[in-house]
Amino acid sequence: MALNKPYEDIPGTLIFDSEQARKGYKLNQFCMSLMKAENREEFKADERAYLDKWQLTEAQKKAVMARDYNAMMAEGGNIYFLAKIFATDGLTFQFAAASMTGMSQQEYADMMLAGGRSPEGNLYKGEKGNG
Amino acid sequence: MARITAGVTSSHIPAIGAAIDKDKTQEPYWKPLFNGFEFSRKWIQDNMPDVVILVYNDHATAFSMEIIPTFAIGCADEFEPADEGWGPRPVPVIKGAPDLAWHMAQSIIQDDFDLTIINKMKVDHGCTVPLSLMFGKPKEWPVRVIPMPVNVVLYPPPSSRRCYNLGKAIKKAVESFDEDLNVQVWGTGGMSHQLQGARAGLINQEFDTNFLNKIGPDPESLASIPHLDYVRKAGSEGIELVMWLIMRGALDDKVREVHRSYHIPASNTAAGHIILENYPREQKTGKAA
Repeated sequence: MALNKPYEDIPGTLIFDSEQARKGYKLNQFCMSLMKAENREEFKADERAYLDKWQLTEAQKKAVMARDYNAMMAEGGNIYFLAKIFATDGLTFQFAAASMTGMSQQEYADMMLAGGRSPEGNLYKGEKGNG
Repeated sequence: MARITAGVTSSHIPAIGAAIDKDKTQEPYWKPLFNGFEFSRKWIQDNMPDVVILVYNDHATAFSMEIIPTFAIGCADEFEPADEGWGPRPVPVIKGAPDLAWHMAQSIIQDDFDLTIINKMKVDHGCTVPLSLMFGKPKEWPVRVIPMPVNVVLYPPPSSRRCYNLGKAIKKAVESFDEDLNVQVWGTGGMSHQLQGARAGLINQEFDTNFLNKIGPDPESLASIPHLDYVRKAGSEGIELVMWLIMRGALDDKVREVHRSYHIPASNTAAGHIILENYPREQKTGKAA
């Protein structure tokens, strides 16, 4: 019997469940390695070479090098692991979150200052065409 | 005997820690949030606990994908701040309370909660930011701390009810410890926020307000909230609110709210903060002095 995933009708949200965890195991463990300053330096010096040591899939490597956080999540990454990448880049959670929304950094920051994204129309897939 | 006197909840987001570390708390963006803690920083000086049981979630710091405990307790003598990728926060090493922690572990496991015992652990912003919010920038933390990390990163996290009941087991454990200690339980994280995907930035003030209104007088109703409701209504990271229920379960049935604040935004997050006190116990008589 397949695992029940009652959360799949929530729009714009990927739950880090067992399927994602298994898919992203090596990607997330690579992220953990960036908690050491010397590894951050090695990664920044030659990202491709560093990633090659971690047996990631090609799609995972490309997503990391492009800093495409939606793609990294789709490949099994979890935001708290991926945080080590944007921390290595000297960036914040707000930067990463904004990058996943299709909004500019300024638009996203303004939305947060205005009270954040409204739950209205954002609770179920299909509302307001959020698909 | 040890006793739990109060519970505190607060956000623990890293940007708040960075604002404190870089002395930005009086800048226009941050000032409203820190104003919400002015009362709290005076209150804690007047109500200084010996030990804080600090319930938080590890953010892929001490626990990688190798080992993921649902509930854990830190029994070490001390806990260093971790390097999460930005370098370690410049905050004091946290001193533990191993005698009480080991006692709690034994009592709580015998109460059917299979805690993972941790004797070596670095702690991340989840643990250090609430201390900074309450104590500012001291040379040493004025309290000993028992860190209790809860998994809310990998699905499924523990349920609201399970967390609330763990709080009750914490209360029983603390109250059966012989040493005369003033103990507070802090529940950290939340409130509504989502850090990922096209829906990032979700804030649900109605959900948060209801949670703040009920955490004191009606925690039973909150203990029935299913995982799906948190994620759908309060965002994928809004699930951190289950940790508030651990704090609440550890307090008495009747509590007194002495302070609350709520601010949007702290980076991506609605930052909620509440202080609940137990009513003073009547002095027991007949015990030899």
